[in-house]
Amino acid sequence: MKLTLRVWRQKNADTKGKMVKYHLDDVDEDMSFLEMLDVLNEKLTLDDEDPVSFDHDCREGICGSCAMVINGVPHGPQKNTTTCQLHMRHFSDGDTIDVEPWRARAFPVIKDLVTDRSAFDQIIQSGGYVSVNTGSAPDAHATPVDKVSADDAFDAATCIGCGACVAACPNGSSMLFTAAKVTHLGLLPQGQPERATRAINMLAKQDELDFGGCTNVGACAEVCPKGIPLASISRLNHDVLGATLSGARAD
Amino acid sequence: MSELQQEPTATQGEGRYALGEPIADDRSPDSPIGDRWDDRKFSARLVNPANRRKMSVIVVGTGLAGGAAAATLGEAGYHVKSFCFQDTPRRAHSIAAQGGINAAKNYRNDGDSVHRLFYDTVKGGDFRSRESNVHRLAENSLNIIDQCVAQGVPFAREYSGLLDTRSFGGTQVSRTFYARGQTGQQLLLGAYSALERQVAAGTVEMHPRTEMLDLIVVDGRARGIVTRNVLTGEIETYTADTVVLCTGGYGNVYYLSTNAKGSNVTAAWRAHRRGALFANPCYTQIHPTCIPVSGDYQSKLTLMSESLRNDGRVWVPKERGDQRPPNEIPEDERDYYLERQYPAFGNLVPRDIASRAAKNMCDAEYGVGPGGLGVYLDFSDAIERLGRHAVEAKYGNLFEMYQRITGDDPYQVPMRIYPAIHYTMGGLWVDYDLRSTIPGLFVGGEANFSDHGANRLGASALMQGLSDGYFILPTTVADYLADAPFEPVGDDHPAVVEAVESTRERIDKLLSANGNRTVDSFHRELGQLVWDQCGMARSKEGLEKALDRIPSLREEFWRDVKIVGTGDGLNQSLEKAGRVADFMELAELMCLDALHREESCGGHFRVEHQTEDGEAARDDENFSYVAAWEWGGDGHGGRPTLHKEDLDFSYVHPSQRSYK
Repeated sequence: MKLTLRVWRQKNADTKGKMVKYHLDDVDEDMSFLEMLDVLNEKLTLDDEDPVSFDHDCREGICGSCAMVINGVPHGPQKNTTTCQLHMRHFSDGDTIDVEPWRARAFPVIKDLVTDRSAFDQIIQSGGYVSVNTGSAPDAHATPVDKVSADDAFDAATCIGCGACVAACPNGSSMLFTAAKVTHLGLLPQGQPERATRAINMLAKQDELDFGGCTNVGACAEVCPKGIPLASISRLNHDVLGATLSGARAD
Repeated sequence: MSELQQEPTATQGEGRYALGEPIADDRSPDSPIGDRWDDRKFSARLVNPANRRKMSVIVVGTGLAGGAAAATLGEAGYHVKSFCFQDTPRRAHSIAAQGGINAAKNYRNDGDSVHRLFYDTVKGGDFRSRESNVHRLAENSLNIIDQCVAQGVPFAREYSGLLDTRSFGGTQVSRTFYARGQTGQQLLLGAYSALERQVAAGTVEMHPRTEMLDLIVVDGRARGIVTRNVLTGEIETYTADTVVLCTGGYGNVYYLSTNAKGSNVTAAWRAHRRGALFANPCYTQIHPTCIPVSGDYQSKLTLMSESLRNDGRVWVPKERGDQRPPNEIPEDERDYYLERQYPAFGNLVPRDIASRAAKNMCDAEYGVGPGGLGVYLDFSDAIERLGRHAVEAKYGNLFEMYQRITGDDPYQVPMRIYPAIHYTMGGLWVDYDLRSTIPGLFVGGEANFSDHGANRLGASALMQGLSDGYFILPTTVADYLADAPFEPVGDDHPAVVEAVESTRERIDKLLSANGNRTVDSFHRELGQLVWDQCGMARSKEGLEKALDRIPSLREEFWRDVKIVGTGDGLNQSLEKAGRVADFMELAELMCLDALHREESCGGHFRVEHQTEDGEAARDDENFSYVAAWEWGGDGHGGRPTLHKEDLDFSYVHPSQRSYK
């Protein structure tokens, strides 16, 4: 199929970017979206033009590297699908496709479609773990975990840290990301001792960074490629409220 | 060992290499195998907690091995500098492992034990691994599960609240712990959270988007690394008392593999060029259940977890070139060839055997799909037996992934699968302490060669990565650091200056070629060549052909590669080019290793060496050794030197592997 692409080109963080138009004549419907961009980049290279920079790695939808706003939607039109797993069969001959980086104050553009998402690591550093040193663990069967909690914890733990939730949110809030981690650990017995402090510390950290506040729009859960439910945010709010009432304070 | 001391003969590589002194692991204690690790831990020297913060450790790579090692060394109080080329440590390729992690917990009471896991792993590796290391791996498997559960890894559980397990290829017990089809992700996020906790605690200094391009060796000790900040292009140096490489495997030498696009051999290869021996490079693993190639633009292959073979049945039509859709082929016109050829293990034979059987079927023109390069993996029996709901619960995400990529619904139509490169058993040579041949350079995870012999069993890579990272390296690195801190190394030290200059020169050379071909086009050509001649089946003729072609391809690459832009900022083509340049060198050593190893074992299948019924024919008398290669220098004069480590099997008697 023939496609017209309008791709955000930005040399670096200090220069202004713009949409640039490219034409591709021979796109196969079995290509992934990134393979289509590979074809564009091969062409640009041979034409002596700078290829489009974009983050990608596993191309299996699990590493969370790829991050593109496609026709206005983070990761594009297919539900529960990362950019790398989106295939061209979901587009039609003659389409014009807009490709942009994540747009959020907390994720500044580095170049073209590449953004800086290190703020997510900082949120995890503020409490997204169980404080257990290597070697100090009891036998794995010492504490049974009911299957429903284990399964729900797993569902929340599948977050890949791609940042689509932030990109989709009108406020640029990282609430769904933070809530997914709080939910994952808060549902497991291993996560209980730090549950209250974790919730308030992680929330305080995200507020301190350049993320906006959550106003329950729900766009995050709509675009999440792993289907993290909006209900995780309720759980975070619940834990934060409980922690605050019990007198816990952020570090 | 002495009977093997001979000059290479014509059949072993025609003087393409020199034969050096044998090497041996001298750090594994002589005690009974079950006591060795305890004995080694007891003899390992300790570092006073107050002194630890004065000692620094560089850990390159943040996958299961690197992330776990950096976190644990940080917890112990050492000053750790951790590096990854990705934007965050959580993206390391361990994240993509699907199926599970083995542990000899015997929670099922089905006859499992440390000894059985040890036995299965040695046998599965086709008797080409070191017994001491494998036994320790089996012992550590118990602690790994405990550690991960304590971190909050949400493993699959039964209604009792206890951990669920499943079976994997090459074993008859159910010892694989899993988190749906995303076990690697959950284990890595566990290690990542432990790592970030140490970053917060100030013990670990994290350097993402920083790629190691050379190793700094001072007075014979590994003391630092040269890196490129991929965002600014700056060439920087970091020094420490010791360097740990956990930089993964080299499957991307084939271009098409199940590895992440960024996975590369550069860190390990640069260490090899600085003197670390590279062991068994020809031992590569082809995974039997991957989604077949769909076109020339294909950028990578996607694996479908081996766990699918628990319930899926592999078949091809009995008639050659049968073009009917699979659902129209009646039961008695299907050949369930794995069940037919290997009745004891059926669809659960080890990976190398399942892969080769698929290749044989396709070579004999029974293959299905485009180009006849595929076989069916059929779930209709399982769906009928267990119900769609149960199948969905077990494999739902894999089925979705398959459908997303191919557009076919595996609940309705059998999957099409074909083998693809997935894992590399070879890697930098290490002793029992995971020390390479450069003092102060440790190697963990897939980057070392140690535990899987010539073939790795499913769900053992995660186990090895975490065993190395959480439990082995922290002990053995501490033992090494008992002699530290060493004299600080300044930026003006000649070894540092030389490493920085040679790194700059390489980058300038790549950028100034300004030729006519893209990096990917060279990588594809190299990959196709290595896949054809050093892939699922290898022959003397093919390997010699590859060995003749690779140097000229490499020369063309350096002369004709085209990279747009400069090295002063983010330049992804430049990053790729540096990695492909190293694959070009590694590929030659792989083919040489494959040529010299005149036997078939595990993933290394030489067509000249097979049994009457087409199975791998090992030659224990002549090849029961680890081939550890020493870098021979650049140019035509350079040829690698082979050092042999004799393998001793005192606990598992080598036999022909039989899964019939």
